[in-house]
Amino acid sequence: MTALVLQAPRFVGRLVMGSLAHVGRFSLLVSELVRGLAEWRIWLPRTFVEAYNIGYGSLFIVLLISGFAGGVTALQAGYQWQSSLPMYVLGTLIVSSVVLELGPVLTALVLAGRIGARYAAELGTMRVTEQIDALESLGRSPASHLLIPRILAGLVMIPVLTVFANIMACVAGWYLVKQVLPITDADFIYGMQYYWRDFDGWYSIIKAFFFAGAITLIPCYVGFNTKQGAEGVGRATTAAVVNASVLILLLDVLLAKLLLNT
Amino acid sequence: MIEIEGLRKRFGEQVVLDGVDLVIHEGETMALLGPSGTGKSVLLKHIIGLIRPDDGRVVVDGQDVESLKRDELSRLRRQIGYVFQNGALFDSMNVFENIRLGLTDMKQYNDKEFCQERVAQCLALVNLAPETAAKFPAQLSGGMRKRVGIARAIAGAPKYLLYDEPTSGLDPVNADIIDDLVKRLDSELGVTSIMVTHDVRGAFRVADRLALLMNGRVVLHGTKEEFLASDLPEVKVFLERDTDDTSFAA
Repeated sequence: MTALVLQAPRFVGRLVMGSLAHVGRFSLLVSELVRGLAEWRIWLPRTFVEAYNIGYGSLFIVLLISGFAGGVTALQAGYQWQSSLPMYVLGTLIVSSVVLELGPVLTALVLAGRIGARYAAELGTMRVTEQIDALESLGRSPASHLLIPRILAGLVMIPVLTVFANIMACVAGWYLVKQVLPITDADFIYGMQYYWRDFDGWYSIIKAFFFAGAITLIPCYVGFNTKQGAEGVGRATTAAVVNASVLILLLDVLLAKLLLNT
Repeated sequence: MIEIEGLRKRFGEQVVLDGVDLVIHEGETMALLGPSGTGKSVLLKHIIGLIRPDDGRVVVDGQDVESLKRDELSRLRRQIGYVFQNGALFDSMNVFENIRLGLTDMKQYNDKEFCQERVAQCLALVNLAPETAAKFPAQLSGGMRKRVGIARAIAGAPKYLLYDEPTSGLDPVNADIIDDLVKRLDSELGVTSIMVTHDVRGAFRVADRLALLMNGRVVLHGTKEEFLASDLPEVKVFLERDTDDTSFAA
């Protein structure tokens, strides 16, 4: 018991020092990114390549998952449906659930696994195999060669993928709700438009943009600071996906509170 | 000239460098010997500013590496070619792009014709066929990867070349090929080189001077003859351990 009490301050001290070290390293990374922006001839062509990889490469899985999400929303709406409500409410329900929450959050969580894991593993492997050191030894900036293209591509493409996900989920929901309830296309479209606010669309994209920050910055930071060989790469990849996913959920709550004035 | 003065470095509780003093003169090839884990590679990374010292300093051409600003350090690094232990080639790029990245002058880097010509020259210098340019690192053997690593290091026509264990993991025939290559490049390009190795035989073949690093300190530096004549027990043990016949030094 005494030993535990004596060890507690040391544990807290280590925790605080560890956190401060992360803050310091992250700040250095951000300053490197800002400096690296000047080298646009380096990062611009690489950003297009990364954007293609993220966008085209993730499109199928994003459409698949959003399609299922929209479909399940419609089926559950059918299960819980009260005949006293007007049919057009279904259009509002499905579109609002998808655009405000399901589309951006599900897309972000899927991409945290797909893109975040890839970034952390790639950069981690490059770190432990001295490829990043090699870049620095050539007098080149790892920020402009490796980090900025990945982050910018994510910041641009993840909101675009979210828009596709929203459309896919709405279409799947529309199709499936017609299979379980006697709703017409005109009812669905009327409901969709009746409560629609342009801000809802912007809110979805703003959320996706913040989520993109979490999906790209955290894995880049974790991968860039990987240590200790293959085991370190594995740890970095797991940490990147878990931390990015948790941050996405925290941002989801924070943005709902800030932007929806609830 | 590279001057290392009282260099100290520790990682956690482990003291890796404990006051290293060494001078590498213009145009010479210095072999830095020592058993594995004695901080040879750490010392090399201090020279190029990849690791910062806890104490002491590294001075390259009169510039204290630690005190250099970001841009000054980048400029200095462009004068130094670093050959990493396992090549450290970029997996996602082919050999051409890897070597092209070694061109530190951005005008040259953006000139496609110049790049084609320079990459072909560098491949020829390291005895690799021009067709190698289209291959990816995963398609190369260990010896070829090391040679591409050397080609990348020399692409920017550096003043200094730092080799980190260029022959480790290679069979004796390939190790000899790399040693001969290092020797030839040093004389053809007129660079100042430091070769980190634990291969005594290779070091004796290539280097003008040698330094033995043990327990974080340089226990002896001098010519091959001075090494062979040394009575220091650490030197004797190290030389005898790696080879029981030092006649190759003649």
